Amino acid sequence: MSAVGATGLEQAQVRARAADAPRRERAGGGALLVHALLIACIAVVVFPLYFAFVVSTQDLKEVVQRPPRLLPSTHLVENYTEAWRKSGMGVMLFNSAVMAVTVAVGKIIISMLSAFAVVYFSFRGRMVCFWMIFVTLMLPVPVRLVSTYEVIGTLGWLNSYQGLTVPLMASATATFLFRQFYLSIPNEMAEAAQLDGAGPLRFLFRFLLPLSWANIAALFVVLFIFGWNQYLWPLMITNTEAMRTVVIGLEHLIPRSGTDLPTWNLIMAGAMMALLPPVAIIVFMQRWFVKGLVESDK
Amino acid sequence: MPETKTSWWSAGAALLLATALLLVPATPALAKTEIQFWHAMTGQLNDAVNALVKQFNESQAEYEVKPLQKGNYAETLTAAIAAYRQRQAPHIVQVFEVGTQTMMLSGAILPVYQLMKEQEIAVDWKDFIAPVVGYYSKDGNLYSMPFNSSTPILYYNKDAFQKAGLDPSKPPQTWKQVEEYSKKLIASGATKCGFSTGWPSWVQVENMHALHDQPFASKHNGFDGLDTQLLINQEFGVKHLAQLAAWQKENVFSYGGRRGDADPKFLSGECGIYMQSSALIGGFTKGASFKWGTGQLPHYGAPYKRATSIIGGATLWVMKGRPSPENRGTARFLKFVSDTNQQMWWHVTTGYLAISNSAVKNLEAGYHFKKNPDQYTAFAQLTKGTATPNSQGLRLGNFTQIRDVIEAEMENVFAGKKTAKQGLDDAVAKSNEMLKEFAAANKQ
Amino acid sequence: MQRTVFKSRWLPYVLVAPQMVVTVLFFFWPALKSLQLSFYRVSPFGDKSTFVGLDNFTKLLADPDYYASVVSSFLFAGGVTALAVLGSLVLAGLATQKIRGLAVYRTLLLWPYGIAPAVAGIIFLFIFHPAYGILPYFLSFVTDYQFNWLLKSWVAMILVIVATAWTHLGYNIAFYIAGLLAIPASVIEAADVDGAGPIRRFTAIVFPLVSPITFYLVVLNMVFAFFESFGVIDAVTKGGPGRSTEIMVYKLYRDGFIGLNLGSSGAQSVILMAMVIALTVLQFRFAEKKVTYR
Repeated sequence: MSAVGATGLEQAQVRARAADAPRRERAGGGALLVHALLIACIAVVVFPLYFAFVVSTQDLKEVVQRPPRLLPSTHLVENYTEAWRKSGMGVMLFNSAVMAVTVAVGKIIISMLSAFAVVYFSFRGRMVCFWMIFVTLMLPVPVRLVSTYEVIGTLGWLNSYQGLTVPLMASATATFLFRQFYLSIPNEMAEAAQLDGAGPLRFLFRFLLPLSWANIAALFVVLFIFGWNQYLWPLMITNTEAMRTVVIGLEHLIPRSGTDLPTWNLIMAGAMMALLPPVAIIVFMQRWFVKGLVESDK
Repeated sequence: MPETKTSWWSAGAALLLATALLLVPATPALAKTEIQFWHAMTGQLNDAVNALVKQFNESQAEYEVKPLQKGNYAETLTAAIAAYRQRQAPHIVQVFEVGTQTMMLSGAILPVYQLMKEQEIAVDWKDFIAPVVGYYSKDGNLYSMPFNSSTPILYYNKDAFQKAGLDPSKPPQTWKQVEEYSKKLIASGATKCGFSTGWPSWVQVENMHALHDQPFASKHNGFDGLDTQLLINQEFGVKHLAQLAAWQKENVFSYGGRRGDADPKFLSGECGIYMQSSALIGGFTKGASFKWGTGQLPHYGAPYKRATSIIGGATLWVMKGRPSPENRGTARFLKFVSDTNQQMWWHVTTGYLAISNSAVKNLEAGYHFKKNPDQYTAFAQLTKGTATPNSQGLRLGNFTQIRDVIEAEMENVFAGKKTAKQGLDDAVAKSNEMLKEFAAANKQ
Repeated sequence: MQRTVFKSRWLPYVLVAPQMVVTVLFFFWPALKSLQLSFYRVSPFGDKSTFVGLDNFTKLLADPDYYASVVSSFLFAGGVTALAVLGSLVLAGLATQKIRGLAVYRTLLLWPYGIAPAVAGIIFLFIFHPAYGILPYFLSFVTDYQFNWLLKSWVAMILVIVATAWTHLGYNIAFYIAGLLAIPASVIEAADVDGAGPIRRFTAIVFPLVSPITFYLVVLNMVFAFFESFGVIDAVTKGGPGRSTEIMVYKLYRDGFIGLNLGSSGAQSVILMAMVIALTVLQFRFAEKKVTYR
């Protein structure tokens, strides 16, 4: 993720509070039209997923049938079990989960601590640290691809959880988000804490942390999805089936050298299993997700 | 100083977690002498490899070979190279035929003939069939151990042939017949398209040139020196590609993608004729819902001689840098794999060619080929034609990229974006650049 | 503005250390190594490396394939951005009308964001499949034209663009909904009273008001499509047909990891780095002082 100027974002933040004001509802034909349009659009957006689900419940004969069937069939259980077994889905889901959670949690912790240090302390090299963190925004994975691979190799972390997660743990986006959030906390709070005799760490954990939950929740969603959906990094770093993540494993399910037949129903079953956790996270945490991203200062 | 213990603990825990993650090393291997064997076999082939390795491990008590599936051929090679650079290379690596030159000149491998000499294990080098030996030897010495070799052959849908009024026991033998049969298949509604192909460059460019005794590259297809250049944009190459493009328009030929992406076209009955690796026999036996047969690759006939096709597949390379006791295990495993019995077993199980003459003789004696005539097609195509200098194989550096380039240009031609001559000229120009790069990087 | 700071000699360093360590180890060091690598010709196994100066760069700049990949990258990123931003604006606009059930609609529109572009790519690959795909099937009723992405590069490009844009709709919609809801009702009502129709209302009032969000999303989507979409290309088209979907990042990977030409890969990394830096500087020129990052 890269640096983005976001004045509009800021303004949106201010205005988003106004979003809570109740609105008069539109009545009659106008509302019906809007509903209809929305449902049509949503149908288009949801269709690919629905179709993937339908295919994942069919058997091979039904998959190649013309005209294509649009209603779910009866082979759900056997397809999912077969896909699970064939691609070692259990291991891959575990690897993805480890990666996503570790990256999300790790990033949040590291960024929070760094942002706290940069905002609430005045120390030699503070600006240097700040700019160093900033520069990482300009170095996305592809730019350091080959050499990062060598570094990981030198550390002996190829094909390991450390190799999968640690290099992704420091990026500037979360740090800057926390920094901006901390900068918006009124000075008086910190002063009061100091007067109280509370040390910096206490201030961090007792005051800042509780205030940041919305931010943290939103960040967690974004970072979890980022970690779960990583493709290039795990592709490079892991090369045994035991370490593969589910997104890579799915790509390997697609037969590209003909001794295996294209079992699209199993591939779709795999795809469903691959996308379920992050989508579930979004659905369940969507309120925090939207809030935390858009309203980062309170 | 933080006043409560909780703050300290949380801070400490966080830092501890961070440090711990940074310090946990990758776990090392232990127990009886392990031989790491990296390969690229998937599906049933993976199962076959595991079974073969198990046979070896159970036949003796000193060494344990550990097979690891590392992805596809390109990924396996990349992984091996990266591991080698970190001094963590496996003992044995399966590398596809296009990586031969890269491996040979790499200085990272221990040639197989040398390994066997050092370990004083006798191998009957002369027993290996000529096309295989030719491909992987230098100065008469075998550098890698042949393992899974195949050659492209022609498959055809017997049921569809029947429906179209064609004799289901007679596959097309010339390109003219291919065209004729395809048109009949389409006309009768038996199939939608006539024929398709897998591995476009390997089958339609490399093998067609070899089969018709045409040079693929100068310097004897690269065997005689690094300053080689491609010759696929000469008369034959242009003629064949232009023909394919023309047929593409009539659906006589239907392009289905690279590698094995077009397999479904044959399996689904969409195309009645298919050209792909002989290694697919096993897969088709399991997966085809119709009767099918095999034949040799089609030929244009006069004025072109009928030579032989070239092999594909992969061989086993030994990586340098291991102590002699471990090399001994490697040598014993390689010997095991190349033994007549194991060869026969491997061939019957996977469909890959048996690569030693003894194995072939034994199979013949057991009427194996009579019972499985399709298995014989590949063998016959490789050994019963007239071997010429143009049909012994290819030895080019950066060959993976070159194949890529050729296939990309083929796609441009099939899409109608370029004429066959243009596409091939561009392919040759780019490939020659890569060959030059390779030569420069490997100045000997 | 004087901020209150805490006094400690060692604590800030400890706090910043983890990030610094990872940053130096996995960002700076590799970036410098990429820079170094770009000036060498390295043999695949790493045993021979020769200094070649700017050779790798000149070769790249003379290579029509490289320019093709730059063009593909911009085409791809542009397509994704246009589709994802415009589409989400329309959808958000619909979803913020004065109707009931906003939360439900929002959920239904948001969730595709959780799908990895590679997975979306695979789903769309199936939908677009020339043999089994449902899309070519329905299109065959309308026209005889073969939408075979294996042969027609523009079909392949559309395939990957649609798949990527699809996953990004949710994120954009979240921002737009917030932005649209933040427009004071009074402004809209004033326009209503003025007699402005819905279209006019949108173009004259709503669009300018959300334009900062639009700017933010455009930049974000472009960057995402440029750098994070490797998965789609690798899972679906692998750069084909005939290299038409070989975006810069994919070419970098291909040349380095499959072609084993590390020098060229390094040079491509350096050029990409330069592009990102230029982009970042440009953004800062246009943005105001306070900046926020995703």
